[in-house]
Amino acid sequence: MARKVTTGARIGWSIAAWVVALLIFFPILYAVITSLKTEQEAIAGFSLIPSGTFENYVTVQTQRDYFKPFMNSVILSVGSTILALIIAIPSAWAMAFAPTKRTKDILMWMLSTKMMPSVAVLLPIFIIFRTFGLLDSRVGLTIMLTLINLPIVIWMLYTYFREIPGEILEAARMDGASLWKEIVYVLTPMAVPGIASTLLLNIILAWNEAFWTIQLTTTNAAPLTAFIASFSSPQGLFWAKLSAASTMAIAPILILGWFSQKQLVRGLTFGAVK
Amino acid sequence: MATQNTRTLARLMMAPSVVVLLIWMAVPLAMTLYYSFQNYNLLTPMNVSFAGFFNYQYFYTDPAFFQSIWNTLVLVLGVLAITVIGGTAIALLIDQPIFGQGIVRILVISPFFVMPPVAALIWKNMIMHPGYGVFADIAKFFGAQPVDWFAQYPLFSVIIIVAWQWLPFATLILLTALQSLDSEQKEAAEMDGANFFNRFIYLTIPHLSRAVTVVILIQTIFLLGIYAEILVTTNGGPGYASTNLTFLIYRTARLGYDVGGGAAGGIIAVVLANIVAIFLMRAVGKNLDK
Repeated sequence: MARKVTTGARIGWSIAAWVVALLIFFPILYAVITSLKTEQEAIAGFSLIPSGTFENYVTVQTQRDYFKPFMNSVILSVGSTILALIIAIPSAWAMAFAPTKRTKDILMWMLSTKMMPSVAVLLPIFIIFRTFGLLDSRVGLTIMLTLINLPIVIWMLYTYFREIPGEILEAARMDGASLWKEIVYVLTPMAVPGIASTLLLNIILAWNEAFWTIQLTTTNAAPLTAFIASFSSPQGLFWAKLSAASTMAIAPILILGWFSQKQLVRGLTFGAVK
Repeated sequence: MATQNTRTLARLMMAPSVVVLLIWMAVPLAMTLYYSFQNYNLLTPMNVSFAGFFNYQYFYTDPAFFQSIWNTLVLVLGVLAITVIGGTAIALLIDQPIFGQGIVRILVISPFFVMPPVAALIWKNMIMHPGYGVFADIAKFFGAQPVDWFAQYPLFSVIIIVAWQWLPFATLILLTALQSLDSEQKEAAEMDGANFFNRFIYLTIPHLSRAVTVVILIQTIFLLGIYAEILVTTNGGPGYASTNLTFLIYRTARLGYDVGGGAAGGIIAVVLANIVAIFLMRAVGKNLDK
């Protein structure tokens, strides 16, 4: 850029941007700080300096068995993402490389399933789950999370696959590569980055899903969303412990999220903004 | 080289996803439609009978229905206004030549990755609590009476929390769009004597309009379904003051055990969501043609 910026202007913009950024980040920061306070300190008025106790983290584990919902979150988000990828990869591949007149309609229809309000099908799903004994089960919830994120997974993969040049495939075909070889040696290496991005974004979405996870679980299969929501009851109001549980619940996904900023834009806008 | 073989194979590869989504879309929706015409309460599951349009009438004449529709509108429009205006301002700010842009970006987008119950509980207990929250501390510092946010301004409080969660999304998308604005174009405008204001009106805004459309439509889909934030903060109250349509249906169905009434509400929610969806599909569809 040839544009010249004076140092003064740069410092001014920087201060403004940092103030705004820190204000937006503040609630997260304050939760982390509170998690390192004692319960007395937590309600003793504004303070950014905690006594630095890790007691809350220990208590959350020993009293509320934190590890269980945490593992449920891991199993559900990773499990549903892998299941969705297994269903979506062949589908997106077919639509990207062997499109027909109806491909676009099919894609739009898939997207439209994402627009159905969850609450509208709450009761049927609840009744189906109860009938088949899937309530509060990891299997049931994995299926549910797979279904609600499947359209996004297919769309994201499709926008990535579409960017792989078709000529490369034709060249491989000319050289006599079979379809199987074409997929394994030509397509897969080029598709891996797109698949990885999709995987990452979908784990984030599944981890934070807070309607079905709360509606369909009680204790056994309850992931962190349901676990934290249970803290809203009056007897659960221990802020330092709540903060410790919250910090552990958001830390892994926050870090994943920082690494997937670009893919996030792409994935959530269905390729409309890049 | 789309041979008959390839086409058959392509169909086979698409079949699982199409079948799964078809079942997922058709079966529960058909059940909801069916239940909406039945008298069916989970507490008395033996007494199921045909209800005609009674459930719709019941849902429609419930005073809470209109309040929930109104609350849904206020919630969606309020959050959209804050996130689009705030997001544009912050995106423009970050797009300036600032020190530590990468870190600023990370700080700003972080709230988006916080799961809804955590976001809502942090705000409820540590920021907006009338006794111990940061807002109360600030009010006390200035000698003012702390505000009991969730009792006095329940819907507004929910709007603040949800806007905090979605501001990063709007900012990130608008920033991405801003950064794709050709810097040569900007320089040319500058050389032609366009000042900051003119450049913003005639260059930046038209360039951003598409991204803003996408932000509005995608957020609306998610905002219509806001649930966990209300559940852990106000639980829809006081009264129905912060109950949106999603929460009202949840209340009718799960807390009232009224399958028929909940289903009728669900069908109304589907109709509303479809109106938004049609616009979104057009916007995305246009992009697909390019």
